[in-house]
Amino acid sequence: MGMTMTQKILARHAGAGKVEAGDIITAGIDLALTNDIMGAQTFAEFEKIGKPAVFDQNKVVLVPDHFCPANDMKSAELAKKLREFARKYQITHYFEIGRMGIEHALLPDSGLIAPGDLVAGADSHTCTYGALNAFATGVGLTDLGAALATGKTWLKVPAAVGVELCGSLPRYVRGKDVVLALIGRIGVDGARYKSLEYYGSGVARLTMADRFTIANMAIEAGAKNGIFPCDSVTATYLEGRTAREYRPEAADADAFYEERIEINLSLLEPLVACPHLPENVKPAKELSGIAIDQAVIGSCTNGRLDDLAQAAEILKGRKINKKVRAIVIPATQEIYSQAMALGYLRTFVDAGAAVSTPTCGPCFGGHMGILAAGERAVSTTNRNFKGRMGAADSEIYLAGPYVAAASAITGRITDPAEIAGA
Amino acid sequence: MREKTGNVWRYGHHVDTDVIIPARYLNIADHKELAEHAMEDIDADFAKQAQAGDYIVAGKNFGCGSSREHAPLVFKVRGVPVIIADSFARIFYRNAINIGLPVMEIGQEAEKIEDGDTLEVDVAKGEIKIANKNITITTKPLPGFIQEIAEAGGLINCVKGKN
Repeated sequence: MGMTMTQKILARHAGAGKVEAGDIITAGIDLALTNDIMGAQTFAEFEKIGKPAVFDQNKVVLVPDHFCPANDMKSAELAKKLREFARKYQITHYFEIGRMGIEHALLPDSGLIAPGDLVAGADSHTCTYGALNAFATGVGLTDLGAALATGKTWLKVPAAVGVELCGSLPRYVRGKDVVLALIGRIGVDGARYKSLEYYGSGVARLTMADRFTIANMAIEAGAKNGIFPCDSVTATYLEGRTAREYRPEAADADAFYEERIEINLSLLEPLVACPHLPENVKPAKELSGIAIDQAVIGSCTNGRLDDLAQAAEILKGRKINKKVRAIVIPATQEIYSQAMALGYLRTFVDAGAAVSTPTCGPCFGGHMGILAAGERAVSTTNRNFKGRMGAADSEIYLAGPYVAAASAITGRITDPAEIAGA
Repeated sequence: MREKTGNVWRYGHHVDTDVIIPARYLNIADHKELAEHAMEDIDADFAKQAQAGDYIVAGKNFGCGSSREHAPLVFKVRGVPVIIADSFARIFYRNAINIGLPVMEIGQEAEKIEDGDTLEVDVAKGEIKIANKNITITTKPLPGFIQEIAEAGGLINCVKGKN
């Protein structure tokens, strides 16, 4: 029996000719990532091992992005620990405020991820890099502390769920709707411990931004990772970003999938995940009676230039509803700069939205847009768990940028077609 | 591993890391202070009343969401000897093992255990006795590789031992 994309990458990094689902392997890692909320304790664990240096100072990435720019003194101390570790161990890839971004947008855009890589990050959305045909998975800080010392991690080879995409996306339907459709079908534990392997004729019609969004939310289906094939869209994205030679992996023709799912992109519509689980998915147009207090456009899921372009398309020449706070967060400094050059930021500001420097802030209930008791947000982020964005009785509706921007204008959850037709 | 007796705090499916320890507390460096907020958004009594030796028992996909190790950590700090669930989210499972907090995945047998039950658990044997009901649940012991980490007291000790 053949291997999936994930299994081939794992086999190569374990120095094995072949691996099977369920095998426990020790694999070499190409990149290790941690951030400000995990960093201090990651380093404490690393230092317990007693190694004088990290396994490779060029393969460690440190990004202050969660409680950053620091929202209080405790957070400032955590960010300081990240900075100090970077200096002490001469870490090449430390990104300072003003030059940083949300890690999962920043690392690919900075050319740090290539097809066939194996990446471990102390953040659950590390799975985003599967969009570039890398095996990437979230681990805890103890795992990462050990990985900093050894350059290796233990992994159980996952069984696979195959997701065949066909057709092409209709107007106002993008990557977020694809992944919400999938999670709505299989549930938040539908791919638990498994890999989500995407293939089919529809893949070629997805932009890199769509693929990043889809891979990003693999964890919301419980998956270990999500992975796309490497094609000309991938290669075009990588041009000028990385000069490194890379080795993509394609699935064997006889690769085994425990389950196969087919999604016809042509049949999708703008979707929303209702509180308090990402699997509570409904069409946006069925939720048009639900009033919102806040709209957030950003995050590692939907803070890329394409996402901002979609929001700007809807908001251009329109005004945010009087009862709504709209918060737009470009995911990286580079995206911020491009959005400025393209006039998107002007569109947002003129519409009455707040535009923030890159941060994970509101997505995880850290800062920059916390919800008060009883408030409701539509958000392009990835989780709508109880209390995730603030008060325990606040509510989060997850959607893509088109729906979030349209909802910000009307003050209630809105299918973008409704606005466009107005 | 010694036998442990304690009371059960029973929860449902998909208990996520945001309710186990809300992110607003993730910048608290002191573990004891952090653990005072465990589960507070879904169960205010847990943080106030849970005693060292009490058990967490839950449904499917326990610990889904974030990779924050603070989630298993707050239970360890509160003296929870083992977490038992129908199934676990993978990062939580891994994190618990890595910090030396035993986890037992027992499938639908978890439904036999209710809030307030008294358990006696032998992790090494994979045996859970519901003392007040005289029911014994047996499950597969942890895989050898994982027991090795558990016996070393967590991943860091395990790695240190090999270096």
